[in-house]
Amino acid sequence: MVVILGGSLAAACAAPGSGNAQPTAAASSAPALASAPTCGTEPVTMKGYFETGFPIAKALTDEFTKQHPNVTFDIREDQFAVITQNAPRVLADDPPDLMRLPQVSELVKNNLLKNLDEYAKVFGWDKWPPSQLQQMRMAPGGAVRGEGSLYAMGLNFSMTGVFYNKKLAAQIGMTTPPATLADLDAAMAKAKEAGLAPIAQFNGGATGGLAFPLQDLMASYGPAAPINDWIFQKPGATIDTPSNLQATQHLEKWIKAGYFWKDVNAVDYATMMSRFMKGDGLFMFNGDWESGNLDKQMPGDVGFFLMPPAQAGGKQAAMSAPLTFGVGANAKNADCAATFLDWVATDTQARTIGVQVGGSHPMGPADAPMPPIAAGTVTESTLAAGAKIAEDNGSMDFIANATGAIYAKSWTPNLQKLVGGEQTPEGLLKSVQADYVSQVKGG
Amino acid sequence: MKAAVKRRSGSRWAGWLFVLPAAAFYVVFVIQPLAMTVQYSLYSWDGIGVATWNGVQNYLRVFTDPDLFAAILNAIKLIVFFSAVPVVLGLAIAATIRRIAASRLALVARTVIFLPQVIPLVAAGITWSWLLSSTGLVNQLLTYIGLEKITRAWLGEFSTALPAVGVIGAWVLLGLCTLLLLAGMSKIDPALYEAARLDGAGPLREFVSITLPSLRQEIGVCVTVTVVAALASFDIVYISTQGGPGNASMVPGLEIYYLAFSERQVGVASALAVVLTVLVIACALPIQWLTRDRSS
Repeated sequence: MVVILGGSLAAACAAPGSGNAQPTAAASSAPALASAPTCGTEPVTMKGYFETGFPIAKALTDEFTKQHPNVTFDIREDQFAVITQNAPRVLADDPPDLMRLPQVSELVKNNLLKNLDEYAKVFGWDKWPPSQLQQMRMAPGGAVRGEGSLYAMGLNFSMTGVFYNKKLAAQIGMTTPPATLADLDAAMAKAKEAGLAPIAQFNGGATGGLAFPLQDLMASYGPAAPINDWIFQKPGATIDTPSNLQATQHLEKWIKAGYFWKDVNAVDYATMMSRFMKGDGLFMFNGDWESGNLDKQMPGDVGFFLMPPAQAGGKQAAMSAPLTFGVGANAKNADCAATFLDWVATDTQARTIGVQVGGSHPMGPADAPMPPIAAGTVTESTLAAGAKIAEDNGSMDFIANATGAIYAKSWTPNLQKLVGGEQTPEGLLKSVQADYVSQVKGG
Repeated sequence: MKAAVKRRSGSRWAGWLFVLPAAAFYVVFVIQPLAMTVQYSLYSWDGIGVATWNGVQNYLRVFTDPDLFAAILNAIKLIVFFSAVPVVLGLAIAATIRRIAASRLALVARTVIFLPQVIPLVAAGITWSWLLSSTGLVNQLLTYIGLEKITRAWLGEFSTALPAVGVIGAWVLLGLCTLLLLAGMSKIDPALYEAARLDGAGPLREFVSITLPSLRQEIGVCVTVTVVAALASFDIVYISTQGGPGNASMVPGLEIYYLAFSERQVGVASALAVVLTVLVIACALPIQWLTRDRSS
């Protein structure tokens, strides 16, 4: 008893965390490589930590084992929210070779992720379109994202925009996707008059789905670059800008016009999907991870367009993010993990899985082969949208990813308040900015 | 003489030896985590790196941050639903069941009312979020009886989210209170009731003069357990509203969880946990004192 008490008292005297082995920045970077690493020929068991409900990672590892029989995978799966909460602990105590990553800033600050710069050099990832890797780059110390060393890699990258129900669109005489924001407004007004729900969206619980239309409106009213600066925590960046205020006011107009479901504050993501697939809702602000699903559930009935600009012919932007995977700083098989990540982007079979199972555009060089896609499908239009975004340099990360907690603790409650008439557009942006400043500072 | 002293001191040590296993568990799993929480609350820590000393700053934030303070206020409001409703309703139901104690109906009623205690809270939360959804059974019934005007997404609106969570809690805790009070009533000497009836007392008089005073201790247990459940609520809120919409149903338990695991502000989370612990003790002790049996 005395020993136990003494032990706990001794532990209580030191600062929390000082007893942990603290990985250093030096340990997390790979040694210089002369040639591209491989998985060798000896049996290797890769430790994986993947997200439940996204079969792409499992499909890719199965195919990799088929092509490289000496490599097998020991996979643990969790919900994304659980991964988000566990990530630092798992990476510190039991680093996986391959792991689905949440927002990486805090992980890099604690030196928990392998620096992938050397791999990028020998595999030639640095010759891919730079926008693909931008969101996974971090300046030294993890202060600013979007520049510096590479700390994660995508299995593919997603594209967001507006899905629409073609049958309902025909009812209100909408034959082509809206070309401007005013066209979109007009279509919504017509739908409302016809007794249809103009927008299918979720905003319940801890996931404020109105962040999708809000960020689309922000990109419609203003340029994408300042929004990215804010997400990447560039010093002095603010979300409280005049064009973002216009966007938030526009969203409020949609709310007041009754374009969202009356119970939107109690609707979660799964409910939104099932209602949209049942034909409740003309438009839905969402991403191409649902393309395959919608092609299967409502074949031929769903269209997709990028958020139209405020002025005709203006530049377009969209939230587009890689499905990020990383390697633990102290992972045993980092070389093999990097080999796998390169294979995902360059192997023809892997790229096909990326599109068919993942529904999104594969990573890799701009001229890499694309698998054949059936004409007239949603998948075809979401992949085509990617080309337009690349042309307009309009790729944005999600405003929900600016810090680890900004979505659940700031965007969501503020957007729910906006719906309930308890928050103004000005107040919303000021409140989010204040939370952002306090979270970036840390506590 | 010498031998006697020796034996006495030896048996004293033997006593401690018997207590040791339980004490060791208590120290390791209760005292130590509590001490560590207090220690963490004085630091600024992200849970991984080395923490920095922060003094009482975290406590200042708990009382000055309107969001954190609102969560504490919400927990206090929940006491009405988690404590007052189950105890009052439980008394009425227990008194009714006692009157029909011999019939089979009493057995059925007891089982039905205790059922919510058996169901896991998570399942109860999910069931109720269906019942209370905009197309759920509650709204269907309201529409059926002509009250369509007041139908709404009960868990999704600012004015109704917290009371709706409270209703779920009341439903869960009603069974526990009823059963405890019923057990207490069965201990009361039937001769007391007989005497009262001979004196011409009605059912109400019997209840106020005999049942209530005899149940003092049981009521004390009910109030303590339910008040603690209200202040430390987590599961029901986490499942049904996650604190939303816009923090309208945020409670300290959920806030601590968010702070520690999603915001990674372990220091502030620990400070709020310490404040919550003190609040629970501050509420529970007076209840214990007020309802303890003075006769013994």
